[in-house]
Parts: sequence; structure tokens; C-alpha cells
Amino acid sequence: MTEVENVTDLGSERARLLEVDSLVKEFGVRRSLAERLARRQIDPFRAVDDVSFTLDRGEILGIAGGSGSGKTTLARCLIRLIEPDGGEVRVDGVNIRDHKGPELRELRRRMQMVFQDPYASLNPRMTVGAALHEAGKVHERPGAEDEGAFVSRLLGLVQLTDRIASRKPRELSGGQRQRVSIARALAVDPELIIADEAVSALDVSVQAQLLNLFLDLREELGVAVLFISHQLAVIAEVADRIAVMRHGRIVETGPTQEVFARPKDEYTQALLRAHPHPDPRMRFAAS
Amino acid sequence: MSLLEIESLRIEFPGEDGQLVAVKGVDLAVEAGEVLGLVGESGSGKSLTCRAVMRMVPAPGAISAGSIRFDGADVLSLDTSKLRDFRAHSVGMIYQNPFGSLNPTMRVGAQIAETLKVNRGMKRDAAKAEALALLERVGIEDPEHRYRAYPHELSGGMCQRVMIAIATASSPRLMLADEPTTALDVTTQAQILKLLARMSAEEGMAMLLVSHDFGVIAQACDRVAVMYGGHIVESGPVETIYHEPEHPYTKALLNSVPELDSAGNVQRRAALAGHPPELSDVIPGCVFAPRCEYARPGCEAVSMKLEKVGPAHDSACPVRPFADANSKAKAEGVEA
Amino acid sequence: MSATPVTPADVAGPPLARPRRGVRSRIKGWPTSVKVGGVIVGILALAALFAPLIAPYGPNEIDPFALLQSPSSQHLFGTDDAGRDVFSRALYGLRLDIVLCLLVTYVPLPFAVLVGALAGYFGGWVDTVVSRLADIMISFPFIVLVMAIVAIVGPGIEGFLIGVPIAAWALYARLARAEMLIVREQPYMMATTALGYSKTRAILKHGLPNVIRPCLVYSTIDLIGNLILLAGLSYLGFGVQPPTAELGGIIADGQGYLLTAWWIATLPGLVLVLFGVGVGLIGEGISDRGLERGER
Repeated sequence: MTEVENVTDLGSERARLLEVDSLVKEFGVRRSLAERLARRQIDPFRAVDDVSFTLDRGEILGIAGGSGSGKTTLARCLIRLIEPDGGEVRVDGVNIRDHKGPELRELRRRMQMVFQDPYASLNPRMTVGAALHEAGKVHERPGAEDEGAFVSRLLGLVQLTDRIASRKPRELSGGQRQRVSIARALAVDPELIIADEAVSALDVSVQAQLLNLFLDLREELGVAVLFISHQLAVIAEVADRIAVMRHGRIVETGPTQEVFARPKDEYTQALLRAHPHPDPRMRFAAS
Repeated sequence: MSLLEIESLRIEFPGEDGQLVAVKGVDLAVEAGEVLGLVGESGSGKSLTCRAVMRMVPAPGAISAGSIRFDGADVLSLDTSKLRDFRAHSVGMIYQNPFGSLNPTMRVGAQIAETLKVNRGMKRDAAKAEALALLERVGIEDPEHRYRAYPHELSGGMCQRVMIAIATASSPRLMLADEPTTALDVTTQAQILKLLARMSAEEGMAMLLVSHDFGVIAQACDRVAVMYGGHIVESGPVETIYHEPEHPYTKALLNSVPELDSAGNVQRRAALAGHPPELSDVIPGCVFAPRCEYARPGCEAVSMKLEKVGPAHDSACPVRPFADANSKAKAEGVEA
Repeated sequence: MSATPVTPADVAGPPLARPRRGVRSRIKGWPTSVKVGGVIVGILALAALFAPLIAPYGPNEIDPFALLQSPSSQHLFGTDDAGRDVFSRALYGLRLDIVLCLLVTYVPLPFAVLVGALAGYFGGWVDTVVSRLADIMISFPFIVLVMAIVAIVGPGIEGFLIGVPIAAWALYARLARAEMLIVREQPYMMATTALGYSKTRAILKHGLPNVIRPCLVYSTIDLIGNLILLAGLSYLGFGVQPPTAELGGIIADGQGYLLTAWWIATLPGLVLVLFGVGVGLIGEGISDRGLERGER
């Protein structure tokens, strides 16, 4: 898999934040007793199959793919929520797979994750303020000594009022919970946010607000976003570049506009053809 | 007379401090052979409205007012055996979760055959033959082999096709589809939508299609009703609704729909502030007024009644902020 | 960026809940079963606590002229064959029962839950060891196991206090482990790894509070069971030794007089049952509350 061209043409190594190189994750296949007895060799299933890509500071890269494409497994491998079986994940040149303990924690701090399910992403027993403050405290972020100000600033970043700090997650709407999840990620000053289907479970009008938020955060804080979604149109709204995944491999990548206008891979073409356009005048051709 | 007529439907749930009203007086009609879409966000009441047609509102919710007439007959007063007959032969339903809606311990062919035996009185061999024919009709390849499969051995798309086969086995005149493609990949979704369109056309089957995804609605429906906060706020032909919306919520919703064309031109959209109302929120007058940028004094007294704003086009907004732009656009023959 | 600044309230909307409710309505929020159970248990527990003040007589005070008297205004529950006031004995007995059973149920609970949670969180050999040990303990009939330990340790309260935790921890550990297996997969737990929190913090601060509800619900059933067990052991002569007042012992003593002096066994027995019902209602209510809130 060749390296993707850097669209902004900075060319400078300093702009590169994340480099993923030939990443592999295999899952052992459960073999039936009969298969075990017959000692049949079954190839392990590769959920992530030799994936490589790069991400620059402040860039938003979309990862598109259907279920089974491996995009969520990929996201979890990047921060070693799941241990990869091969390849490298380099943050500013440092391979996260080589480290453990405090160095690993520091590397993880720089790449935070926001999950899909707003209802299960927050500890139901903790207030919002406590959860946000905890993140800052554990990583000894500057300003975390003053809980009130620290929490207030974070809530402001995600456009929530201070009233939210004393609430528990069950008192919040789905959109508000996702904002809190993003605020928790921001509490440790990350350089990259991995949004794993972060808006997929939200109402369309709320989804639009959250997409705006990601764009605002990129502009205000310079944070990069790895935006994973099965919806091409959502990726179109936020991503500078896109990588399309299928069966664990990246089949196409490039600037979003380019890939959508002139898709080279047939899977990408199929995805684009299948996309239901909201304009009734653009219906699928009757098959 | 429409095939399905819903009038002033009201569905309530018991709450901590009194009743919560989830559907607040909905009027709806589906003509024979047409596909009507119901679009809305959380708490709009679209799913409940759909289930009410079969009188399958989940407990403890209940229909507290209104009428539902199918082919002239009052559905709400049917006795048990007529209701079973109604559900078995007149109306079919398919659901969002393809795996959860099929019995995991029963082979799929048997599940289709079961409905044929019970609802169409077929004998075993005839039922099996018809089931195989149905599997083929819904586009499942190698039906002989798939007949013996269990649901977990099939993909989501195939399970959905099986569900469609079961639901259409008795040639119902109306199909209720509650988010039928939400759990599917986009390529599978396209196939299922095409299948539903084909079956609707071939069988002359009307369909009530509920979805939160306007793209799905646009692809599959002739007419659409937009729901918000338990009310229908606008309804009309799907092209009119998309190109000349009259209700501010419809317009805001359409503005929120992400578009492929945004690629390469990433920018903030004017997003609707706040979130859809909770069941427990009591909003006087127009339920959308708190979030509406065109709200003006008097909106707290609006009755949410649908008024005609064009041919077959109704809206609940008396302010009509886009009326001029829409008629100008129509006159000029371009999009508003 | 849009031209107009976005103020927070505009965009995100107000929180869902109404403003913080006062203590009164928070109590109102609990299911009826908890309230009724709470009242029953509360009254009995208070009576037991203030036994020395409420009881008209001492638990071992003998009135040789008032043997086997039926309930009267002087002796609410009548007297037994040694002339002791059964009501006073029941109060003191309940007191001892409650204290012992609370100790034996709730002191080992945190340890058992922690062991189970660790097994669920880590899996691997930790899980294997804990699960196999638990399986062994559970496979013994509970009472037989306790009695075996009592036989080793000797009759008296010590046998009960040691035997029950040894037999009971396994059930809590299993419950906690099962809950943890689910909690472990929730995104908020994964977030603790992503956020770089230590495993200790993840388990203690985030895992345990979410694992504990079913264990607490079960503990109410366990409490009743232990109460009955203690009464049973005392009845058989292995638990609390006479002449110390204890509900089971009183019932045992009254057994021989069921037809002649029914009040000795029956009335204290009713107290035992009532207490058990109260605790059971509380447990059910805690469980219902969890279900209402969408927890499992």
C-alpha cells in the first residue's frame, strides 16, 4: 500500500502527526470439534489486513466502510485497546507498540477516542463534572487544580452550559452526552480525536450540530480528527481526505472530493451508487 | 375513500406525574398502491403511529383517542378474531432489526412455511413450494439451500428479505415498514428499497414507510408526512416537500441532511439549535416554536392543525416564511 | 466559522431533568416496596436497638410465680416455662439476630465482590482460579458447609460468624464477576484505558459502583437467609447458646409447648417472619429501581 500523497503539499515532516504502517490484527477462528479432530488448518481471520495511512496535524481524515470492514477494529488498534498483531503506529515518529507504562499513557493521551453509543460512553454513576475533572487530574493537566474553572472551560468548548456539570448522564440527551464524551477527550489536551461512529446514533439535526463542533474544534484547537463512519455523506461534510475500507483493507484513499467525483475502486463506486440521495429527483435507476 | 385513514390519533403513556402524550392528534391517509413515508426524529411519534395501525402499540402505551379505518372498517373496534384476521391478511409489517425479528431457533424456510400454513391454510408440501417461490421472489439466490438455513447463518440483508417474504406471504394490501433498512449496509439498503418498490408495484401493495433518513424516504416514497413532537407538521408529494417545504422544521431538517456534494467544500452548516422535545415537555402552541427562527408572537397559540398550502400539500405553520420564495421558484421553474 | 457567536444554551439545549428535587420527592421516587419494607424494617430495627429501654423486663429475668402465662397486659407475649417475659426476650433476641446477621452478611461482602470483579475484569488465570474455587464452594449445600465448620470450631456464635462467609462469598463473587464481564465491554470502561487511567482506578472507581447493584439486591435475600440459618442453628443447639435470648432459640424452647403455650414459639416466630418480609421488600425495590433506570 503506497503512502498517500499529502494534499496540502506541506511536505514537511513536522506536519505529520500519525503514521500507520502495515497494521495487522488477526482473530483466531473458533474451530468446531470436528475441525479440530481433523486437524484442519484454518487461516485466522484478518480484521485489519496490512493497513497504512497518514494523518497530518489539524487534518480530518474520514474512514468509510460497511460493517465487517474492520474500521472499528482499526481504531481500537491505534490506541492499543486491542493489541495489533503486526505493523507500526507512529505518533510523531514514536511507535506506540514499543512502549508501556507511563510512556504508553502519554502517547495515549495524545490520541483520544469518542465512541458510538452515547448512552454507554459515560459512567452512569458519575456526574459530568466529576468525570471531566478526573481526566484532567489523572494526567495532571495545567488548570486541573481548579475544578470549577477546568470543567467550565471544557463545557464551553463543546458548547454546553455550566449547569451540565452537576448532571448525571441519564439526565442528558444523546447529543449532550456525546458532547460530554468529546469534552472528556479534550480534557487531556489530545492532538487527535478518533471519532468511531460518534454521530451515527444521533438524530439528524443533532448530528449536524456535532459535525459543526468537530469543525470548530479543528479550527480553534488545531486538533486532528480520524472520523470513522459507514455514512459517506457524513464523511463528506467534515473530512478533507477519505480512506475507504473493505474486508480489513484500504481500497481507495485521497481527497474527499476527488474520491467521490472519480472513484477508482469498484467498491467505492458501488458505495457511491447505493447512496440514497435525499432529492427525490435523483432516484436510483430502476434495476 | 383511502385504503387507510387515521384521524386524530392520540397515543399516551403513563408517566411519573400524569400521562405523557407521544402522538398528539395525527391525521393520515394512505391510498391503495401508494407509498407514504413518515419521517421524523426521536420523539416524533412516527414509529408509534405505524404500530398503532396494527394495534401493536407497546404496553404501557395505549391509543387514547382517534380512529383508524382500513378499507372503511374501524380497526380499533375489531374483536380478537377479526383483529387476528386483519393482521394476518390485510396488513404486513417488517421491522428494523433483521436478526431479532426472526426466531433464532427455527430454520427460515420453516418460518415462512408456518405463516403460509396458519394464515393461508396451506398443507405442508404446498407451503414448502410456495415458500421456495417466495424466497426466489425476494431475491434470495439458491433458495433450496437457504430454505434450511437458520437466521444467524444469513446476512442482515438476507434476513430482511426473509422478513419481507413472511410479511408478503398473504399478499397484504398494506405493508408497514418501520425503519426497515436502518440496520443494513448502504449497498444492501439500496437493494432492499428496490425490492420493496418492485413488490409494491407488482402487488399493488400500499406501504407506510417510517424512517429518520430522508434519503430513504426520497428513494422509496410517493408522498411524505413530516412528524415532530407527536404532530404531523407537513405532508405532501415527496418532490414538493423536498424542493418547496413550507414548514420551518421541514426546511431545517432538510438542511441538516448531510450531502455527498459537500465533499471538498467542508464548512459549517446552519444547524438547528437544541434537540427534539421530550415526551414530558409540554410546549404551548406550536411544538417547534422554541427552536424556530421564524417564530413570532402568536406562535404559542397555534393549534398544529394542518392547513392546505398547495395541491395535496398541507402544513401546520401559519407563518409560512417560505411561501413567496416557493411560489417564485415554481413560477421560474427552478428550485427554491 | 459562522458570523454570529454561538451561545451554549442555544446550541445544546437545557438538561433533561427538572431542577434538583428536594429530599421529599427523592424519597417519593423510590418504589412502594422499598418504602413499605423500609417502614417495617425501620420499626423493628429501632425496637431492637432500644430493647433495653423498651423491654419491660430483662431477657433472663425470672418470675417464678408467672410460669407459662398467656399474653396479657403485663406480659405482651406471655411467659415461658422459666417465667421469663417472652416479649422482652424476643426484643433482645431480635437485636442479637440483626447485629449478627448484618455482620455476617455485609462485612465479607465488599471482599467477595472485589474478588469477583477482579476475576471478571482480568479473565485469564485469575478468573480460572476464582471461578473454580467458587464452583467448589457453591457445590456444597450451604447449610451442610456451615455446619461442618461449626462442628470444627465448636458451638457458639463463632461458628456462625466464620462459617457463613466461607460458604457465602462464592455467590457474591459470581454475581460480581458476571456483571463485570458486561461492564468491562461498555465504552465508558474502554474510555478509561484510552484516557490512560490505571487499572486500579478503572476497577475501583468505574467498575465496582456499576457492578454492585445486583450484589446488594442479593444481599437482602442473603440477610434473611442468614437470619433463618442462625435461628435454625440455635434451634439445633449449634448457634447461640442458651440462656442467651435469640429468636431461634426461643422458638426451639417453645416447640415442646406448641399445644399448651403456643405463644412462646409463635409470636417470636411472627417477628422473625415480619422482619424477613420487610427486608425482602427492600431488596425487591432496589432491584426494581435499577430496572426503571434502565440498568439491568
